[in-house]
Amino acid sequence: MLPIDIIAELGKAGGYAVFVLIGAGFGIALELAGFGDSRRLAAQFYLKDMTVLKTMFTGILVACLLIFLSAGLGLLDFSQLAVNQTFLWPGILGGLIMGVGFIVGGYCPGTSLVATASFKIDGLFFLVGTIVGAGLFGESLPSFETFWNSSFTDRYLVSDWLGISIGATVFIVTIFALVMFYAAEKVEEFFKYKDTGKAWSWKITRRPYLYGAGVLVAVAALIWSIGQPDPIRKWKIMESKYSGQLATKAVFIHPLEYVKTNNESTIKLITLDLRSNKDFETFHLSGSENVKIEDLLDAKFVAPLAQLPPQGVIILLADNDSISIKAWQYLKVQGVANLYILENGLHNWKSLFADKQIHEKAVNLASPSAEVLQLFPKNAYIPKIKIGSKKRAGGLCS
Amino acid sequence: MKKIPKNVKNPYFAGTILGVVLFAAFALTHSGLGASGAISRIHVAITKLFWSAHVDRVGTFAAMGAGNRNALDHPSIYLLIGTFAGGLISAWINGRLKFEIYKGSRISNTQRLIFALLGGIIMGYGARFARGCTSGQALSGGAVLSLGSWAFMFSVFIGGYAVAYFVRRLWND
Repeated sequence: MLPIDIIAELGKAGGYAVFVLIGAGFGIALELAGFGDSRRLAAQFYLKDMTVLKTMFTGILVACLLIFLSAGLGLLDFSQLAVNQTFLWPGILGGLIMGVGFIVGGYCPGTSLVATASFKIDGLFFLVGTIVGAGLFGESLPSFETFWNSSFTDRYLVSDWLGISIGATVFIVTIFALVMFYAAEKVEEFFKYKDTGKAWSWKITRRPYLYGAGVLVAVAALIWSIGQPDPIRKWKIMESKYSGQLATKAVFIHPLEYVKTNNESTIKLITLDLRSNKDFETFHLSGSENVKIEDLLDAKFVAPLAQLPPQGVIILLADNDSISIKAWQYLKVQGVANLYILENGLHNWKSLFADKQIHEKAVNLASPSAEVLQLFPKNAYIPKIKIGSKKRAGGLCS
Repeated sequence: MKKIPKNVKNPYFAGTILGVVLFAAFALTHSGLGASGAISRIHVAITKLFWSAHVDRVGTFAAMGAGNRNALDHPSIYLLIGTFAGGLISAWINGRLKFEIYKGSRISNTQRLIFALLGGIIMGYGARFARGCTSGQALSGGAVLSLGSWAFMFSVFIGGYAVAYFVRRLWND
């Protein structure tokens, strides 16, 4: 199942070679579109040549349709893709600055690379400028760092914002792009015919374009109709990838490891208690949250869990481990990392600490302190928790 | 703008190739395409040659190349090398490999190069501000429906259109 981690698969050298190949494809596509020419790029802003808009939105649309079609068919796990984090206002301000740089300099970073590669001197000067500009940004950042880190939402999709499904959003994006393409063609024609005196009309004259548009709409409608897989269907697709971790008990932790982790100041621990509300009221671990298994199928509930910082750890506990396992499966396929199960829930909890005393007082069962660990032999349990430091959200821009 | 070569591909065709490459990038590497991250890394690597203490001191530089960390040991650099190679190959095959300066006809070569450098500086600054450039934010983030990337994309166009009139002399024939 996609995506694969090419560096993990092929090693660093092989993985980097694939990055070079992908980059080559990118460079070829930009060059073929004529993006090595600043005049063509600048012409976009004078409405005379809409190549930039057409190529960019075609690229976005084609990739978007491929991603969500393969995710809908269960070939790709969307939760594992890097989605640019949203820093709304810094992004908008940065975009405005870039727009100015674009029209003054005639390129953007990627296109200036291609221009430089094809020996365009203005491309080289622009590229050197971007290196200088990147440096100036780092130097000046401390004076506005608070703003730069403001209005932040991790993994915030257009569909979340609109409050509709991903499929419906993909369909809307498709229609939006096609309307833009139509407008771009007509604007270009308008300027062309203005010079030649030919009559301008609203009609679409190129048949292949109509067919192409039809195909795109059909694919978007298909994506909308099959929908994105829910966690239950997704687990069926992905079972082979993760079931090993359950079978080998690699994600089941001992109560003492829970105590140790809970007392580590660098770790943000979230405990989800799947027992009945009544049992929870009678006794629960301090800081734990009483949840129902159905909650874990709700994307809104799960989103913050999937976006924890790398040092966030989630522990599930239930009356019966089969419930914890189900919860683990639901969360795992939604991209929740550092996810563990407290083995046997709280069944052994009280008896484990029953005869133990610290400073001649009984152990605080709801929140045992780290001192409790000294009452047990070092090898009382096998540590399982490994904090994955992998951060995917940054992508290649960092 | 009459001298633009005619032999470039249809934009929808080029865009489709771009989209397939972008999808391949996501499928094989988890993340999309990008250029500005690598450019920032080149800056850090160059600075480090002359003034490594400074790299350790400035937060965003240190994250890429503090101590014995090599700022260039990152996938984005290899993507950049590939982009350069791809541009070179395609320009060579299509007969566009030629030393020249693209500009509007009303300005001199020197003026054009000054504005290219200036535009590049503004672009480099803005791309770090926005945490990504046209490829990393607009293309990659746009394809996975990131709201911030879409907002960013529109603001790039707004920024360009807002200023275009005032710099028309740079590009007019």
